[in-house]
Amino acid sequence: MNPALNSAVSTINAGMAPVATPWFFYVLAGLAVVSGVAVITRRNAVHAALALIVTLLSVAGLYLMLYAPFVAGVQIIVYAGGIMVLFLFVIMLVNIERSSKERQFNRMWPVGLAAACALMALFVSAIAKGNKLFPDRGMTPPESSNTQQIAAMLYGEAGRMGQYTFAFEIASLLLLVAILGAVIMTKKKI
Amino acid sequence: MLNSFMSYLGSTVTPGEAGNQFWALIYVLIIFAGVSLAVICMNWLERKALAHFQIRLGPMRVGPHGLLQPIADALKLMLKEDIIPTEADQFVFWVAPLIGLLAAFTVYTVIPFGPSQAVSDMNIGILFMLGVSSLGVLGIVVAGWASNSHYPLIGALRSSAQMVSYEVAMGLVVVSAILMTSLNASGTGTLSMIGIVQAQQQQGVWFIFKFFPLGFIAFAIFAIAMVAETNRAPFDMAEAESELTAGFHTEYSGLRWSLFMLAEYAAMIAVSSIAVTLWLGGWMRPFPNLLHAPAWEFIFSLFPGLTFGGLAAIAVIGTARMPAHSFFKIQRIGLAVFAALLGFIALLLLLIAVAGRSADTSVAARFREGIDYVYWFVLKVAVFMYLFIWYRATWPRYRFDQLMKIGWKVMLPISLGVLVLTAIVGVIFP
Amino acid sequence: MVPITTLHYLVVAAALFVLGVIGVLTRRNVVIVLMSIELILNAVNLNLVAFSRMWGNLHGQVFAIFVTVDAAAEAAVGLGILIAFFRNKETVNVDEIDLLKW
Repeated sequence: MNPALNSAVSTINAGMAPVATPWFFYVLAGLAVVSGVAVITRRNAVHAALALIVTLLSVAGLYLMLYAPFVAGVQIIVYAGGIMVLFLFVIMLVNIERSSKERQFNRMWPVGLAAACALMALFVSAIAKGNKLFPDRGMTPPESSNTQQIAAMLYGEAGRMGQYTFAFEIASLLLLVAILGAVIMTKKKI
Repeated sequence: MLNSFMSYLGSTVTPGEAGNQFWALIYVLIIFAGVSLAVICMNWLERKALAHFQIRLGPMRVGPHGLLQPIADALKLMLKEDIIPTEADQFVFWVAPLIGLLAAFTVYTVIPFGPSQAVSDMNIGILFMLGVSSLGVLGIVVAGWASNSHYPLIGALRSSAQMVSYEVAMGLVVVSAILMTSLNASGTGTLSMIGIVQAQQQQGVWFIFKFFPLGFIAFAIFAIAMVAETNRAPFDMAEAESELTAGFHTEYSGLRWSLFMLAEYAAMIAVSSIAVTLWLGGWMRPFPNLLHAPAWEFIFSLFPGLTFGGLAAIAVIGTARMPAHSFFKIQRIGLAVFAALLGFIALLLLLIAVAGRSADTSVAARFREGIDYVYWFVLKVAVFMYLFIWYRATWPRYRFDQLMKIGWKVMLPISLGVLVLTAIVGVIFP
Repeated sequence: MVPITTLHYLVVAAALFVLGVIGVLTRRNVVIVLMSIELILNAVNLNLVAFSRMWGNLHGQVFAIFVTVDAAAEAAVGLGILIAFFRNKETVNVDEIDLLKW
């Protein structure tokens, strides 16, 4: 491709990364967690949907920090630009004004909260114990060819099939089935 | 700090690549100012051009030939009373225009005005643009819902359904253009915007003319889809005054409405820039390989100065034709000052073209190259802007079911066919 | 400051996962339950991509793309079920959606 760009990118990764990275990480992670709390506590469904959009965009920013630009792009296009529009459409069609005046949390909410806290404790202990097993820094594939390498794994290259080509075909079949299912389920008379 | 200021000036990569935040900020400010200026000019041009298409004169009183009309409009919108419906959701009502504006302006981060004149050349550039422009739909949906009244809600649902439908066809033809970038020696394409224009440079042909007529059909589908994406005529059912009392921005008044208008025009310029970059060769001048002698280089580098010279000449003719009445004295003086300004810019550009004539790397030559790149890019985008106005003046609008039928039943199969045929032809004739 | 390691990303992913689980277990509005499921899937994706960076290969990222595709299909079908149900019973309350046929 463009060798000047490649070397420029690798020098940036080596030189510029440590200065701003912790600050960006804490801002994005804090934004994601705070919006996540807003998603599960808002009374109004549209507010919860907007908070979920903020969460999705900050997670896309975290992907960019993890040197995964293609996954970040897919996240923005599919999740924030597609799924959330679908959610907002359904919220408007269903018009749940009445439900926003009812009780928000069901009667078993202390039990649910306790179970979630136990789950969090399990996660923290698993991460703390397993932390010694992780290698410090793995090799990073260069960011400028991320898309090409993902394409090689999905579609195959140089005449061979990729590792995930079969899974890719099944995923497209799954999407076809989902489209047909959604269309048929919402018909008034089949 | 001066070091970081000067260290970028000799580089040949974008500020994002060079890691230079200061210059990236400067570029962002320039883009912001430029887009605002472009929106103001576009506003004036739309009213004058529509008027002349309809055999009337348009605004003539506010400045000479209505040149100060957009400023008067902006002042009026800023000073208007800010009305919010009582039952509307206050926070969401306030945030909806901001979402649309953010989505429209963030796209400018990757638009290449030249081989190193972009804020940042992300290597997923076109994917980023498609994703961020699909965030604009959210602003419209939320604006319609927050107004808490049925006209905006129906307008918002129609508008967002239309935008989502045409995004599919748009994405597929963009993929077919990107496919053409991989028809080089190494067999690897690129998603970065600067890389796409450089691929056209390498292959020696604008992608609109490649594999004729496949490139042209792809460009035509993108040109139609981008008009539908920005809710402009003839696809403006969702916001037409006679149909839905202005659709999703009915309840917005004053400054909030001007934010929507700004977002709409900025989105128009952004999708036109995508079309220019993908199919029309971006910043390259016409015939760079066929007419490559230094004499031709010099002639083509005179174009910016000659364009402004032509505009100055039109302004001078307008000054001469003003009625010789004392009521028109101020307008005459104003137009003469405007003509003098345009003439001054023309002289400056001609001076730079002459001074940077030789092909060495002196400062004047690099300046001239930069100005030429930006000039050809902006000229092509300006042609698209005029086409938008021409479409609005000429064609009646589509009914909503006709609009959706075209999006799904006509454009999607054609774009799929173009994609498959481009891939097949690209493999057979590499 | 301490450099950002994989551990930091795992903690963020775990927090998002637990928030999603709380949303699924305690909210009564079906649309918000579906949104909490999307939160859970995003936490899983973040986990996958963080580990992909740690090990230096791209398997995690490809898996994350497949999870995203899956989430899109599931959101579409789930919301279709919700609309079909809402047409009959006019409620989006999870506690009242308790009949297979009426």
